[in-house]
Amino acid sequence: MDLHSIATLAWRNLWRNYRRTLIMLVAVAVGAWAMIFLTAMTRGMIDNMVSSGIATLPGHIQIHHPQYRDDPNIENSMPPPDTTLLAALDSTAVERWSDRVRVSAVVASERDSRGVLLLGIDPSRALGITAADIVEGRFLQSSDDKGLIIGAKLARRLETDLGKRVVVMSQDPDNNVVDRGLRIVGIFTAKLESQEESQVYTGRDYAQKMLNMGDRISEIAVHGHDYNALATLAQDLAVAAPALELLTWTELDPFLGITQQMMDSVVFIYVLVIFSALSFGLVNTLVMAIFERTREIGLMLALGMRPISIVLQTVAEALLLLTLGLTLGNALAALTLWLLAAGIDVSAVAEGMAMIGASGQLTPSFYWQDLILANTVVFILGVLASLLPAWRASHLDPVTALTKN
Amino acid sequence: MSNTTVQHSTASDANKNNSDYNKAPAIFCKNLCKTFQQGEETITGLDQVTIAVDNGEFVCLSGPSGSGKTTLLNAMGGLATADSGEITLQDKRIDLLSSADRADIRLHQIGFVFQAYNLVPVLSARENVEFVMQIQGLPAEQRRQKSMAILREVGLEGMEDRRPSQLSGGQQQRVAVARAIVSDPVLVLADEPTANLDSSSATVLMDLFQSLNRDRGITFVIATHDERVIAYCKRLITMRDGKIETDNLHRRSDA
Repeated sequence: MDLHSIATLAWRNLWRNYRRTLIMLVAVAVGAWAMIFLTAMTRGMIDNMVSSGIATLPGHIQIHHPQYRDDPNIENSMPPPDTTLLAALDSTAVERWSDRVRVSAVVASERDSRGVLLLGIDPSRALGITAADIVEGRFLQSSDDKGLIIGAKLARRLETDLGKRVVVMSQDPDNNVVDRGLRIVGIFTAKLESQEESQVYTGRDYAQKMLNMGDRISEIAVHGHDYNALATLAQDLAVAAPALELLTWTELDPFLGITQQMMDSVVFIYVLVIFSALSFGLVNTLVMAIFERTREIGLMLALGMRPISIVLQTVAEALLLLTLGLTLGNALAALTLWLLAAGIDVSAVAEGMAMIGASGQLTPSFYWQDLILANTVVFILGVLASLLPAWRASHLDPVTALTKN
Repeated sequence: MSNTTVQHSTASDANKNNSDYNKAPAIFCKNLCKTFQQGEETITGLDQVTIAVDNGEFVCLSGPSGSGKTTLLNAMGGLATADSGEITLQDKRIDLLSSADRADIRLHQIGFVFQAYNLVPVLSARENVEFVMQIQGLPAEQRRQKSMAILREVGLEGMEDRRPSQLSGGQQQRVAVARAIVSDPVLVLADEPTANLDSSSATVLMDLFQSLNRDRGITFVIATHDERVIAYCKRLITMRDGKIETDNLHRRSDA
């Protein structure tokens, strides 16, 4: 019997008990939707954590003094990039880069004081903060800008405001305490409240002067085009700066790196768990369908139909059911993801989200590989699940089957 | 071997117009035995049954329930195996064949008509008739031509696209007959074909069987205890307790 005839028969059989078929279709569709949607949301959260984490400070790659990571002290600073490193940093593989001063400091207002991270940046190539983040005042205008930019949350903690003067204290390379009174010229907001509370920015040249560093810097942060494909860029930069230490974001923040790596396993577990629930319904549907058609299958075998054709017919029914269900589920997931493309506002639990390094806007991240995985797993396991009832049907004794009512 | 003599004479009469007439019996069963286990009790289905049916014969197997009619029919059709004995269809021992080869024999050489119509409900009358040819792998156009012609022959022209649920019991049984004969089988086996039919439908069906036997030389073996069917047969074999009780040429009394 040709495949077209088998498929036609399977299709018509599918709709003999249309209520049962519709219920199973809805189950497969909801299952597929859940797999794709939950995966996209989870991936979105992980991407949020990664992108927030990277954007906040580390960048995709950091270059610094070999001892800086063990002791992020001003003594472990490095010279500005030489021509070889500059050439590598200006290559097309680099989207942006920033050389900056980064030291621990204390900011004191009239009311309170806080430990912060003081970042001396060149505003023309800043990473982690831009003029768009400024909600009051202005952004830094040049690398020797003497103004200070602080986060909105830190401003509230210090009970200070735009235009007021605060004292910034730190240490120079000789371990002398240095302090300056800096005027707050801008207040920024960030995706992560921790960034708002713990980072302050001033001009890079001014920070170097204040800290007696000469032209030395703490680090160079680099952004490639894709934080998941940094191997070649990291290798090129390492060759250009052999005396310096180069670390990618997964090394700078191992928790984030491992979390992202775990996602593929998490997705696979999602898919398996949801499919396991689906498979019971699928097998039950096929077993019931075969039970109801025992006499008919006996007739087909009596007329000379080969058992393999009975197997194919049953598997074809499962495939049609799964194809329809998956198509509906995929469409439903696509619609849901399209509607939520702008993200879900979870600012009500922003503090909790900040604790895991994610922002208050949760945006689903759709990956084709997740869609393919979900559909492939459901298809393959669906066919495997249908083999048992198919095998049983093909091994019916025609004489016995023909006497069934 | 009075049976053989009778059968040959009957076949000869029935096949006057059949140029393909073959002297070998259409089917020959020798010393068939079959028992069934029902709990601790062993039931005899067939007990040393020997029977030969020639090409073109119109045979009825009659007898009370449990006499072995259906068991014999199933064994002849390769649907069930006997515990011992031989079954030869034309010149081929089908009792020695594998399950797959017996399926092949059923597909190409034997037509079945069952008691309860047994049509595939999701297929139209034409598609039900085409079903056997689909399994045989015939091209669609050939299937269509043959099925339309055969449905016309059994009086179902214009009803080709109706599903079984849209046909009466008699019409459904005629579709089953069309399916049984569409691939020109050596033998048509019918198990209580009129059991679910009213008198007029039964008469129409038996007239059809008779004309197919007469005009096309198709060999029929019909298991029945319906007197209306028995009245049509040319040879009547009665069974009891798995044995052949009598084997008579019915036609002689008509002559």
